[in-house]
Amino acid sequence: MLTLGIETSCDETAVAIVADGVTVRSNVIGSQIERHRPYGGVVPEVAARAHLELLVPTIDRALVEAGATYDDLDAVAVASGPGLVGALLVGVSAAKGIALAHDRDLIGVNHLEGHVCAAQLELGRLPRPLVALVVSGGHTALLLLDAQGRMRELGATIDDAAGEAYDKIARFLGLGYPGGPEIDRLSLSGDAEAIAFPRAMLDEGGFDFSLSGLKTAVVRELRRREAAGREVPVADVAASFQEAIVDVQVAKTLAAAEAHDVGDVLVVGGVAANSRLRERMRQACEATDRRLLLPSPALCTDNGAMIAAAGANRLADGQRSELGLSADAGLALDGLVLPDLPEAWR
Amino acid sequence: MLLGLETTTRHASVAIAGDTGLLASARTGRHGRHGEFVAPAIDFCRREAGIDLDALTGVAVSLGPGLFTGMRVGIATAQALAHARGLPVVGLASLDLVAFAARHTRRSICAVIDARRGEVAWARYQPAPGGVQRRTELALGPPERLAGELEADREEVLCVGDGALAHREVLSATRAAIADEAAAYPSAESLLALARPRFARHETQRPEELAPIYLRRPDAKIGWQERGALHGGHGGAPAVQEGAP
Repeated sequence: MLTLGIETSCDETAVAIVADGVTVRSNVIGSQIERHRPYGGVVPEVAARAHLELLVPTIDRALVEAGATYDDLDAVAVASGPGLVGALLVGVSAAKGIALAHDRDLIGVNHLEGHVCAAQLELGRLPRPLVALVVSGGHTALLLLDAQGRMRELGATIDDAAGEAYDKIARFLGLGYPGGPEIDRLSLSGDAEAIAFPRAMLDEGGFDFSLSGLKTAVVRELRRREAAGREVPVADVAASFQEAIVDVQVAKTLAAAEAHDVGDVLVVGGVAANSRLRERMRQACEATDRRLLLPSPALCTDNGAMIAAAGANRLADGQRSELGLSADAGLALDGLVLPDLPEAWR
Repeated sequence: MLLGLETTTRHASVAIAGDTGLLASARTGRHGRHGEFVAPAIDFCRREAGIDLDALTGVAVSLGPGLFTGMRVGIATAQALAHARGLPVVGLASLDLVAFAARHTRRSICAVIDARRGEVAWARYQPAPGGVQRRTELALGPPERLAGELEADREEVLCVGDGALAHREVLSATRAAIADEAAAYPSAESLLALARPRFARHETQRPEELAPIYLRRPDAKIGWQERGALHGGHGGAPAVQEGAP
């Protein structure tokens, strides 16, 4: 079964074709980074305009790279939320156009469900139960996939997403966009213990995150040091800031796995490419005898293959969406049941 | 067999026409639901017309100006559907459709569409045999500017469109007449009537060539203004009000 997957929830125009829910035939991303670079962050109206411009050419490339035609497709899957509503609507509208044009099944997928299902493209059937940390420009969330396949959001950021915080601090430090890779690279030459930035909500026991306090602490600390005429090496600031973020991400993820007695930990989202997060999470999982699942970067960032994979699971389970499918900026994850990968595709 | 999509204002409509004229149409006045409306409406029109979509020979779509999200719903649907079926497309300005529907007046026509934020988009037309002829560029600005323009020339003008209704007081202070709500919204029927000769003359585009008519740069405000404040950062921000599209 060939599924076309369309993802336009934030700033990547992404389209992929996946066979039987697990085999990537093509995975194309029309990046918008250059369009958002002048602003140092994702501008919703700029993103929506870019999606419209890039989507058909990206679909075309995905078909060519997969060696497929529209006729070969069995279904169209699309991320219908959560995300930027103007951006989502472009993908959802195009998905419906294709479904109508060839009388194919349409299936709306939750973007976060998609991130989790990205792992099945490399590992096959997802282990259950599973704790997943989704960290990206738009999301910071801890998810539980329980033994029955039910998804639950254990916690999420109450202010900035991780990628957003990296962008903002990078901009403050005069670094480039996107901020994550810049800070990651600079941190390699910095001292992560140079400045003790706050670890927000680490002691509060819950699984929510907050990054605005950390952001403010970085700005305040640098202003204070500059006023005192003290030299502040940017690499030390970057490394200390990154360490504070990673500390909380690792501690909360492991605490969630502990609390729910889960042996498998999945880290996905664009920020999952962060080298320090990968290293620290690997150490923490080894120390507690847990298995860490880290999909390759192309499947960690927003992509169409993860949407196609999640959609294929649902289609095989007999689920379909109506043509009236809504784009929902705040689409909830709780209560969603993830159908197991069919035997035939394992 | 042509499909037409018009989703640029508070109302949205879909129509299918054959060689003999309109076969089916659907319309909604529920604002903010265009994304949910369009695809089921296409399916409804298809059934009503008694055809399969592989019978289509072209897709026409209204490009705006109007409400950005609505414009994108129509264009994305039209592009994807046409690309998937290998069909040519025709894109027309929403203002042209509004003016066309008012073509039977003896006055000159000013189509005015609400562009939000206290602004309107407009263009001026002259009735012509079988339709209307646009004689100005598409403009965007406060209704007072349009009123000033109407005041300056001494023509008998009919202002038509939801922008004319929204700013009735400003515009009716001039000598212009304001058309009522029945003619206020661009329609897929007008779209197909205007697009049909273009398809016949092969004045068509490929789906990916369609571009929305925004007339306004994107809002690019980002709350975090403290950029590059330290260590030789770039300091001054690039234009944060108005960015490149």
